[in-house]
Amino acid sequence: MSDTKRIFIKGNEAMSRGALAAGCTCYFGYPITPQNDIPEFLSTEMATVDGEFVQAESEVAAANMLLGAAAGGARAMTTSSSPGVSLMQEAISYMAGSELPGVIVNVNRGGPGLGDIGSSQGDYFQSTRGGGHGDYRTLVLAPGTCQEGYDMMIEAFDLAFKYRNPVLVLADAIVGQMKEPVTPWEPKAADNHGAEDWRIDGAKGRKKRLLKSLFLEDGALAGQNRNLQSKYEAMQVEARADVFECDDADLVIVAFGSIGRIVKSTVRRLRSEGKKVGLVRPLTLYPFPSEVLRDLAKKGKRFLTIEQNCGQMVDDVRLSVRGIADSEFHGHMPGDLPGSDDFLAPIIKHLED
Amino acid sequence: MSEKLVFDAPEIMVDRPTHYCPGCHHGVAHRLVGEVLTEMGLVDDTLCVGSIGCSVFIYNYLDVDAVEAPHGRAPAVATGLKRAHKDKFVFTYQGDGDLASIGLAEIVHAANRGEKISVVFVNNTVYGMTGGQMAPTTLVGQKTTTSPNGRSAEEHGLAIRMSEIIGGLGGTAYCERVSLDSVKNIRRAKKALRKAFEMQINGTGFGFVEMLSACPTNWKMDPIAANTRITEEMIPYFPLGVFKDVTKDGEE
Ligand SMILES: Cc1ncc(C[n+]2csc(CCOP(=O)(O)OP(=O)(O)O)c2C)c(N)n1
Ligand code: SF4
Repeated sequence: MSDTKRIFIKGNEAMSRGALAAGCTCYFGYPITPQNDIPEFLSTEMATVDGEFVQAESEVAAANMLLGAAAGGARAMTTSSSPGVSLMQEAISYMAGSELPGVIVNVNRGGPGLGDIGSSQGDYFQSTRGGGHGDYRTLVLAPGTCQEGYDMMIEAFDLAFKYRNPVLVLADAIVGQMKEPVTPWEPKAADNHGAEDWRIDGAKGRKKRLLKSLFLEDGALAGQNRNLQSKYEAMQVEARADVFECDDADLVIVAFGSIGRIVKSTVRRLRSEGKKVGLVRPLTLYPFPSEVLRDLAKKGKRFLTIEQNCGQMVDDVRLSVRGIADSEFHGHMPGDLPGSDDFLAPIIKHLED
Repeated sequence: MSEKLVFDAPEIMVDRPTHYCPGCHHGVAHRLVGEVLTEMGLVDDTLCVGSIGCSVFIYNYLDVDAVEAPHGRAPAVATGLKRAHKDKFVFTYQGDGDLASIGLAEIVHAANRGEKISVVFVNNTVYGMTGGQMAPTTLVGQKTTTSPNGRSAEEHGLAIRMSEIIGGLGGTAYCERVSLDSVKNIRRAKKALRKAFEMQINGTGFGFVEMLSACPTNWKMDPIAANTRITEEMIPYFPLGVFKDVTKDGEE
């Protein structure tokens, strides 16, 4: 890594810069708070890399522009926030079905419906369960700091091409809107993992190519779904988590994104008081770092899942430790901004239970 | 006796029977697109964006690179594709349900942005693939499975005239409505396609060709009667002609 200087920027800008560093050349988006800094920043920056910036007429169109650019083998992305990401699900499903790579950032805000523009983790199910129609999965990365926002964008583009699949970066309003020092870095030359062998760019000197998700012949769709499922199986090696103070912990907290970060402060404070608490902060939400949790469960740890929603990731925690342990749940309602103090009482209660 | 071949399909057309009903004009429209792409030397540089409807299998009949778009979204998909490959020829092929109903926003905005793509719009006044339901282009009085008493202006509104809308947009470079009901009109249709495609090739802008077409199956007519319906009922409501041509001062 070269000795690049640290810069003090918002998470939204960090993700934008990460995308540029990853070699993104096509951006499509539609305004929605709290992610507007991204299209605003890229509306000028894209021109400096000879890239394309389109403010689409809707999120529906933005996601389909992404589909088109992806079919051409371009490093392309779109960004939005919850209601907008709901509109993108049709295209995301088609991209998964046609095996097209693309990056979608969701700066998660409160819901359901119009909700509010504050931070929330209410889109966990939508992100990790496919979100649109059909049996598909998207890789999901969850930054909890501005630096992770930068780093994960670089990773997201690489994974998208490695697996020819949409990759979601599930940030939230806190991570998007806070400012922190970030150390930008330039990855090695972008690896498109052989995109020239499948993308469409004119059939000169070769047979024509077709990118589609319609499979009508007898058994063809079953075959495609089997392919996709084995791909999702192969993705499991990408699961990652930040494991903090878990070795001697009695109680392991599981929390992701900004909330994981806030809970980390709570855990530090409780540790300074001699309380045996640890934290697992999943960095990938799909694939979910189940092995990490299962290993801890085998060591007899108890679990408490904390999320800024009404209970979603807790399902994955329970599935991870099933047959060995269970997880309690503490939900902090979307629409209310938590501090590390807010998690003291629930953690102590479960520690002493 | 030696035989002299006087007429053949261009090589770009894949030699296989189509899935279209007898008398359907999708086949004629495909053929025109294939001929023009071949004559313009575009075959190796063409990226086709298929859409949803009876024509979803266009990629089985044209020997060019292709991608499938969700229902109505072909102009957005084409926008992304063209932005990624500015030197390639990108066209969409869409029915009236696809383009004038679910995809109305995408077509209007792609045209208004002046995307350098070409759109082939097959208007048969009905949803073909799903079994003959009412389309935005269904004529008042026309019976469909969801307007069994005939489209009523009060209940359903009037048929949308897309070329008039697209022709009125700033980014449109070329917009023409043609018909596939007669040899003369088919010839005109081919000329219109060539014009629209040229506008993309020379970077002028967005090209749009609406083709009035028959759907004998859902109109419950034989192919001859369906042709006559285009001449007698559709053309009076959907006038043929050039609605925009930025290379000319006025209209033809
Ligand atoms: C989102 C979505 N809604 C509905 C459909 C079902 N559908 C398939 S084809 C079609 C109508 C197509 O009609 P048109 O565009 O007029 O084409 P034609 O079949 O007449 O050629 C519809 C509604 C779909 N595939 N996707
Ligand atoms: S249903 Fe209509 S549009 Fe579809 S193939 Fe048959 S005639 Fe053509």
